[in-house]
This record gives sequence, structure tokens and C-alpha cells, in this order.
Amino acid sequence: MITGTPKPIEEILEMVDPYDRIVVAGCYGCVTVCRVGGEKEVQVLSSTLRLARETAGKKITIKEVCLERQCDPEYIEQMRSYVHDYQAVLSIACGAGIQFLAEKYTTTPLLPGINTGFLGVTERQGEWAERCQGCGDCVLHLTGGICPVTRCAKSLFHGPCGGSVQGHCEVGKDTPCGWQLIIDRLKALDQMDNYTKLKPYKGWNTSRDGGPRRIVREDMI
Amino acid sequence: MLPCTGRIEETLLLEAFENGADGVMVIGCLEGDCHYLSGNIRARARVARVAGILESIRIGGDRIRMFNLSAGEGAKFAAYVNEFVGQIRELGPSSINVARKNAA
Repeated sequence: MITGTPKPIEEILEMVDPYDRIVVAGCYGCVTVCRVGGEKEVQVLSSTLRLARETAGKKITIKEVCLERQCDPEYIEQMRSYVHDYQAVLSIACGAGIQFLAEKYTTTPLLPGINTGFLGVTERQGEWAERCQGCGDCVLHLTGGICPVTRCAKSLFHGPCGGSVQGHCEVGKDTPCGWQLIIDRLKALDQMDNYTKLKPYKGWNTSRDGGPRRIVREDMI
Repeated sequence: MLPCTGRIEETLLLEAFENGADGVMVIGCLEGDCHYLSGNIRARARVARVAGILESIRIGGDRIRMFNLSAGEGAKFAAYVNEFVGQIRELGPSSINVARKNAA
């Protein structure tokens, strides 16, 4: 899922300061699962803003909504009937959703209520960890299902560097060495030949290097 | 009245302040005695989060507190209520209620 963290309330209050009628828009997708931008978070944030603004003597009117997904046009379209009655939209979806809203409603200021994080997993309640950087050329079948791009701090492709000490990465003792994880897993799978095989250089042209990416599936158009 | 403090959402607690409460006490069963196993533990975490929110918007985190009691502790219940009410009286009206009074 796409993860995120709430922005500090002081930052959000500063963003909404010029407005007295706003929409707070959540998303039932990833940000609901990582508990940063779903229906409950819309309610809590709206209530917090109303309390803070009224305490400061500047009441604010808030419409609370949660869209099925803010990254799909048919759901964004559902806001059209009321969005122009408000001065701004504070979205607590991921950065993709917020931008898509901004593209559709060009005369309405869009404000981000969260800081979008990474593609990750829920390791335990309240703790998420990065697993994928979307490099566009997956090699997980060769690396025991552990991504060297994401789990190795240097995104190395041919084994650990000298900073790997007793299974830990030099960037921090809480960070396992990605390549140690890969090798342990390949040994367990009896697939160490994957490690010793010479592989061509990874082509990074499918990653971010060429600017914003686009996927076109002709079979679905 | 709710069947379990685990049913209390953060928004419900904030709503109490929006509706003019100067303080909110959440009273749950004793920890370890929850009929639903972890309802009161969840409530404790939610109360702590709401206290953090109230602190961050200068209403004050000490205006909300969780207490744990068994159903047979009537005298303790009364003592807790008196203690909390005394604490809130000492703090005075919440800043939102002061703002509302000034605006009226």
C-alpha cells in the first residue's frame, strides 16, 4: 500500500488559515488501511480544525467526505456537485490522489493534509516498512523474494558492501542488511546459484530516471 | 453509555468538546478484565491520542482522562468523579468555551 503520516496540526492550520469554508476529503484506499486518511481520520481532523479555529475566534465550516479512491476519475467526479461551494479542499489522500483532484478541479486550491511515504507493508499495528520502490523491472524471483533496490540502502545488485556487519546495514543498527537477508533466504531455498550467476547491469530506464512514468495497456483501452 | 469503552472513537471524544464539555472522563473496566479482551486497552490509547490533539490545539490534554473501575467499586467511582470535577473546576472553562462566551 501507499503509506503516509499526518502533517503536524500547526502546519495544517496555517494552510487553512485563509479559508472559512473547506472540504476535508479522505480516501477509502491505502490511506484508510494505514490509518492516516480514511473516514475516521477525516472526522478527527475536521473536529480538531473546528475546535482550533473556534478557539482562535475564526470559525470554519467543513464538509467531511471520503471518496472510494482519489486516484480514479469516476470517484473524483462525485465531488463536482459541491466542490465549488467551498474555498479549498484539504485532502488526506496520498500525493497521487491530491494531484488528481487538483487536475480535475482547477479553480479550487488543494491542500495536502498528510505527508505521503512509501510503498510498504504493515509489519505490526502502527508500524509500516518500505518494500518496493517501483523500479519497473522486478527481480524478486532471483533474490529470494527480497528486493535489493529497496532493502539495500545502496540498491546494490551483486551482494553486500563492506558496511554489512553481522547482518546489519551501516546506515543504522535497526536496519537489516538487505543482501544478508537475500543470501539467508537463497540458502534456505537452495537457490544460491541465483547469487553466483553473472547478471547484466540493471537497466534503470524503467525507474524514475526518465521523469514521470506512464503505463499504457493497449489491450485495455 | 456504551457497552464497552473499546467502542469509543476519537471523534466521539472530540465531539464532546465541540459540544461544550470542559472535561471528559472515560471510565472503563479494570485492565485485564475486559469482556471483549482489549476494549479498555484500545480506549486508553485513543484517550491518549485525543489528549495529544487537545494539547496541540491549546485546549489542554489534562481535560480528558481515563479511569478504570470494576462494577462493584461505587465509592471509588464517586471519588474519581469528584477528583476529576475538582481538577476541571480548577482549570476553568476550556479555551473554546471562553472564545464562545467572548463572541456572544
